[in-house]
Amino acid sequence: MTDISHSFTLKAIRLPGIGLWKQANWIVRIATLVGLALVVLSVAAPLVAPFDPNDQSLISRLRPPLGFDRYKDGFFLGTDELGRDILSRCTFGLRLTFALALAGACISLLIGGTLGLVAGLAGGHLDDLIMGLVDAQIAIPMTLIALLTLSVFGSSIDIMILVLGIYGWEQFARIIRAEVKKLRQMPFVEAAQAAGAPPLRIAFVHVLPNVVSPIVVQFTLNFSNIVIWESTLSFLGLGVQPPTATLGSMVGTGRDYLPTAPWIVLAPALTILLLTFAVQILGDWLRDHADVRLRSR
Amino acid sequence: MIGYTLRTLIKMAVTLFVIVSLVFFATRLSGNPVDFVLGVGITEDDKQLLIKYYGLDGSIWTQYWHYLGSILSGEFGLSFLERRPVSAIVAERIGPSLKLIFGTMVFTFCVSIPLGIAAAIYRDRLAGSAIMIIAFLGYAVPAFVLAIVMIMVFSYWLNWLPVVGNSTFSHYIMPTIAMSGMWVAALTRFTRNAMLDVLSQDYMRTARAKGMPERVVILKHGLRNASITLLSVMGLQIAGWIAAGSVVVESIFSWPGIGEMLVRSAIQRDYPVLQFGVLSVAVAVILINAAVDIAYAYADPRIRLAKGT
Repeated sequence: MTDISHSFTLKAIRLPGIGLWKQANWIVRIATLVGLALVVLSVAAPLVAPFDPNDQSLISRLRPPLGFDRYKDGFFLGTDELGRDILSRCTFGLRLTFALALAGACISLLIGGTLGLVAGLAGGHLDDLIMGLVDAQIAIPMTLIALLTLSVFGSSIDIMILVLGIYGWEQFARIIRAEVKKLRQMPFVEAAQAAGAPPLRIAFVHVLPNVVSPIVVQFTLNFSNIVIWESTLSFLGLGVQPPTATLGSMVGTGRDYLPTAPWIVLAPALTILLLTFAVQILGDWLRDHADVRLRSR
Repeated sequence: MIGYTLRTLIKMAVTLFVIVSLVFFATRLSGNPVDFVLGVGITEDDKQLLIKYYGLDGSIWTQYWHYLGSILSGEFGLSFLERRPVSAIVAERIGPSLKLIFGTMVFTFCVSIPLGIAAAIYRDRLAGSAIMIIAFLGYAVPAFVLAIVMIMVFSYWLNWLPVVGNSTFSHYIMPTIAMSGMWVAALTRFTRNAMLDVLSQDYMRTARAKGMPERVVILKHGLRNASITLLSVMGLQIAGWIAAGSVVVESIFSWPGIGEMLVRSAIQRDYPVLQFGVLSVAVAVILINAAVDIAYAYADPRIRLAKGT
């Protein structure tokens, strides 16, 4: 049973593009397109954005979006309290959010993956120690760790990446450890051991390639959580500091102008929703897809 | 059984020790706390005096030792800004936080369990799918976005609900919903899955064959059995979600609770308050988790025996 599932998921991972697209339903396809559009938008932010995201123009402050009274030419989504173009800030904010979440998810994967692999392969006291750490991390709310770290070390981009990188490592560690433990019982790993392969070779050549699919799934889910997490911290004023735009901080500073200029908040809030919806749908679908047992449901 | 309880307690103690140490080293590694307290124009002599006064002249390990001692004797220091004992500040904020959390729990259970049951019963119909899509997307809505949109619609546009304050019932509506959002989404999914597992059991068919009314079959035979799975999944998550949710929601609605205090002290760098706040929330979360763990083991002999051997 496990044999079949592994060969299947590996095949699916090897041919990402067309094979997966054909099996997806329309919701997943729309989510993929939205996700891709947001990626393109964030990568091409300097080309797409009509203005510099931090350029202030006090004459044209608090202008509404296209189609409303007092709309000012060129500022399609309106301007904020300092006369900065909201479209430009949104695209650059999206870019930063993407970059931070990607970096955070990678670090989290690196920490959790290494620890999970070591715990699963080494076993014994090392395993106990690492799982103890995982339990401690689960018991301590991440919010507290983030508040403490950001307050003490200040909230530069580096610290932010670090905080986001700690987020969710324990999930990676648990999943990878469990997979590795299962794989170690497999005949091909035992055969490699019997043939005298060194531990590192077993880890990288025989075990690691076979845990790729659960890692991809967890990575997507973790990415989505980190996006929410980053924008929440920036919203609270603990994350990326002004004037740099992230989606969360735009909502955070814009909320003072909610009664008179709701567009300042609406544009970034909707962008956050689009992003988290798209990633969430993709992650969930990938998870069901990678898990043969769930597909019949 | 005693063995299992003991093991849970030991695990709890280790986690507590980790967080206490984490709080200490995080605040000390950032530099000398005296630099944050002092204003400009303080002489070097005064500074040395203060360093001695706060016991910061020893090595980091002696300081750590003193810190552990002061925690055990219940002294947590004074707030940098308010010049009052931090324990007093935290104490007066527990009430509002607990009220909000209680409201959130009641709301969450009242909404998501019926929704989850409905989604399981009508799983092949539009209603079931609609519930699941909403629950699924709801999980991806950050609490602060939900809160802001509600404020925009219900406070500024329709002028129905107040934004700030906690004196009347209407003050509770928006914070409660904002805090429940993600939790409702998750619990609805869990309830549905737990119910689906139970609905296909033999005893459900037997109950129907006996001619019991469908309502009794679902609620008595179905929900009661599903609740075991439900509790095990939810128990350990409740505390953590509350800690995360209250921080965000309380600061949006200026709720005078622990979460708002944590964010404010983090931004103002009022370390004694932040330290004690983080410690007390962590202790609360760990205690709740341990309590859920032990209570659950008492309730379900399978777990007790599996882990207690």
